[in-house]
Amino acid sequence: MNIHEYQAKERFRLAGIPVPPGEVATTPEEAEAIARKFGGMTVVKAQVHSGGRGKAGGVKLAKTPEEAREHASRILGMDIKGLKVEKVLVTTAEDIASEAYVGVLVDRKSQAATFMVSAEGGVDIEEVAHTNPDAIRKLTVDPRYGLLPHQALWLANALYDDPAVMKQAAKIIGQLYTAFVDSGASMAEINPLIVTDKGEVKAIDAKMSIDDNELFRRKDVADMRDTSDEPAAEIKAREAGLSFVKLDGDVGCCVNGAGLAMATMDLVKYYGGEPANFLDIGGSSNPDKVVSALEIITSDPSVKVILFNIFGGITRCDDVANGIVTATQRIDIKLPIVIRLTGTNEELGVQILEKAGFSAYTSMDEVVEKAVQLAKGA
Amino acid sequence: MAIFIDNDTRLVVQGITGRDGSFHTGQMMEYGTQVVAGVTPGKGGQTFEGPSGKKVPIFNTMDEAVAQTGANTSVIYVPPAFAGDAILEASDSGVKLVVAITEGIPVQDMAKAHAFARDRGVRVLGPNCPGLISPGKCKVGILPAQIVAEGPIGLVSRSGTLTYEAVYQLTNVGLGQTTCVGIGGDPLIGTNFIDCLAAFEADPDTTAVVMIGEIGGTDEQEAADFVSKKMSKPVVGFIAGQTAPPGRRMGHAGAIISGSAGTAAEKIKAFEDNGIAVAKRPADIVGLIQNALA
Repeated sequence: MNIHEYQAKERFRLAGIPVPPGEVATTPEEAEAIARKFGGMTVVKAQVHSGGRGKAGGVKLAKTPEEAREHASRILGMDIKGLKVEKVLVTTAEDIASEAYVGVLVDRKSQAATFMVSAEGGVDIEEVAHTNPDAIRKLTVDPRYGLLPHQALWLANALYDDPAVMKQAAKIIGQLYTAFVDSGASMAEINPLIVTDKGEVKAIDAKMSIDDNELFRRKDVADMRDTSDEPAAEIKAREAGLSFVKLDGDVGCCVNGAGLAMATMDLVKYYGGEPANFLDIGGSSNPDKVVSALEIITSDPSVKVILFNIFGGITRCDDVANGIVTATQRIDIKLPIVIRLTGTNEELGVQILEKAGFSAYTSMDEVVEKAVQLAKGA
Repeated sequence: MAIFIDNDTRLVVQGITGRDGSFHTGQMMEYGTQVVAGVTPGKGGQTFEGPSGKKVPIFNTMDEAVAQTGANTSVIYVPPAFAGDAILEASDSGVKLVVAITEGIPVQDMAKAHAFARDRGVRVLGPNCPGLISPGKCKVGILPAQIVAEGPIGLVSRSGTLTYEAVYQLTNVGLGQTTCVGIGGDPLIGTNFIDCLAAFEADPDTTAVVMIGEIGGTDEQEAADFVSKKMSKPVVGFIAGQTAPPGRRMGHAGAIISGSAGTAAEKIKAFEDNGIAVAKRPADIVGLIQNALA
């Protein structure tokens, strides 16, 4: 789960990281009032779950409260990478002497949280890692001990020469690790970490991704979920316990298992079609899940055909077939449905489906080819 | 022979009294796995009754279970909130292999669990995996036994049902398996492709290996390098997720293209560059294996 900058900054503040004051506005008038309250120069920043906000014109410096209102009126409602801006953060502007990058993420290879810091701040760190890897200092945190103070100082030492500044940064790096752990994050980033003209170190931007598997035990973090830029179908799928990702094609896919679901999408493409979605209905034959899945798929007007690809393992094909038949009797579906069932008791499963009037297949290639044909002919 | 589990496997089931744990314990016993103990804190002293009436003692702790039954392998069906600790407890109990089926364990819990298990020389398989099966000998996890057969092919995969798909096709043309291993769909997994490839290379009964990967991470690329440098046996590959959009998690917590890294295209290229025949569709896996063995 991604959270907004203003939410990540709340997590930072809880850990003690110095963050400039800021408040969220949903109207230009609110933005003006916040800027007036702070006085001086402010920055108006789009709050969307996307990077590249600055380049898209979603971050603007305002000299006066009136200017903050003007910026907010332009930024609110703006489209950034397909996401509509519903909120802006109005924050005080800082005098920036230098910018650095500090980030921590769960690294697959070292199987632990890994810090990356660079004196080159305010830039895309993946880009730096690619073009100038020597500009990045890395440290893997031993999960048994956490980030040790001397390690935080070693990281800060890569960023600053001034001992006073270095010590402030080391403290912030330690606090960032605390925020990362306490929020159940998979990634936390300060980009840029700045030094002001007065030699103060502050986080003026904040980014954090939360591990979905942590949400059950962190209600305060789970409550930060903002679904306003999520497709309705994905929200419904999550509530139904289904794994769903909307795509741009017209072949609606309903598959058991994530790997098989991806392979099915790939095969649709292989036969010249375009998948409308990724959908994993899991391993059960429960008709309720199939009903939810069908409702979600058919809510997409571009879908022209529904393709089931089910492997009956522990859950036998005849059970799955009965589940599909029950589910399709419960909702009215106008679209053609093609079904492939294979695995344990497949002959029985196919018989049940054919008796109910469905085209049933046992080969994945045959059913996908058929689905693509139907989508093109419809 | 087989890898990781065989007739000498003595299994303890953590979470044996839960819905999934009890169902799959029955399935494993039916297949012939020696289930010697179960663990559910608070239910020590009770017994679990298997499908043929065979009884399995339940203990409160792993320590007791291992001390009293000589278990050498554990399988975990404990809910995500407690599964991290269950892996730690298993790693401290004396078993050598811990198979974690549970999906949804927080990744920070897994970082601790993997470090802890490594310190103790314990192999963790998973989490978020279907387990493994050595046909005719032993099954640990949730793989459907009906679709496997004894034979010379080793299979390793990050996915569940896609594995079943491949196994079923192999079995249908008479190509049985030494061991089928599901390594799991999480970002932090204990046993990776290379561990399995090395074990299959060392197993005299395995003549060829099927490796099924998916988007996310670089395990497949490193495995491809291992195949070209260290393996004499042919390896056939498949990668799922060619049509997956970047930045979106495709069901598995670990199946995500981050920035431009972890795409299916780069994995397929790594396979091809290292002499691994890549199946364009799941249905092509069988043909490629037959070619490799011809």
